[in-house]
Amino acid sequence: MSETRRVVVSSLTLSGAVGIFALSFGVASVSAGASVWQTCALSLFVFTGASQFSAMSVVGAGGSMLAAYGGAVLLAARNLVYGLALSSSAKSVAGNLPRRLFAAHFVIDETTALALAESSPKLRKIAFWTTGIGLFSFWNLGTLIGALAGSAIDPQKFGLDIAFPAAFIVMLMPHLRSKLGRQAAMLGGALCLISISFLPVGVPILLAASAVLVGVRNDQ
Amino acid sequence: MINEAPTNLWLMIIALAASAYLLKMFGLVVLGSRQLPKVFDRCLGLIPAALLSALVLKDTFSIGQSLVFDARVAGFAVAVVAAWRRAPLIVVVVLAASATALLRAV
Repeated sequence: MSETRRVVVSSLTLSGAVGIFALSFGVASVSAGASVWQTCALSLFVFTGASQFSAMSVVGAGGSMLAAYGGAVLLAARNLVYGLALSSSAKSVAGNLPRRLFAAHFVIDETTALALAESSPKLRKIAFWTTGIGLFSFWNLGTLIGALAGSAIDPQKFGLDIAFPAAFIVMLMPHLRSKLGRQAAMLGGALCLISISFLPVGVPILLAASAVLVGVRNDQ
Repeated sequence: MINEAPTNLWLMIIALAASAYLLKMFGLVVLGSRQLPKVFDRCLGLIPAALLSALVLKDTFSIGQSLVFDARVAGFAVAVVAAWRRAPLIVVVVLAASATALLRAV
């Protein structure tokens, strides 16, 4: 198998798997009260999974739009780091300024991981764009199907209110591999549970973000 | 369920889309290959751990501002075990939803 083919196959396989993730976003988002259009707009224009899930989870629980926005933006902040990580190869990946501005929309976990896994500029470019375009297509297709399916059934009856936490658990697992990750998760979870009863809905999620300060004192 | 008008949800979606794009773009286009201080980098990397864990607990153990213990706990437990055993996402969600639905049905 040629190198190019290997990269394309792994990019598209990942994209397909993420499409299934999008199905559950579509279902959960309409269960939380968004319309099919709003759900699709989130996937088309926000296009960063954890933030979309987080925003609709807070909205669905009756939180304010500001709280929903705040948590989602915090989760999107890591894309800044991905952009930085990719920028050293931005010329080979995206070329001139207009193309870079277009490429920016696709700077997410998966495109960064697959692009940076390749050492040659040519393969980096292929990995970034096949993952970016492939994942964008599957993500939006999955969202649409999930949203249509979700609005046709009674979410409570099918236990779909658990779709959000179940997806969050899957997203959380890789972060628990490091000691710092586990500390941040424990502290964040504790801060949230303690403050739920007296802070407005959604704000405990913002408070939980302060748990990242465990990263300040630790030098490893 | 949503307390506010659907227009507000649209506004939130637009604001979030713009912010998410700016964050992605800022790293790739504006900052270029400048380095962030190590500590900043590390803290940003910990955001998902802190927030996802908080979101899991909120969605399992609360309704609005009250802490509750209901059928969702069964789904939560099943999801933790399934995710721990590295089951694919769709399997985790279906198993968790089935557990919760089953408990509600009995």
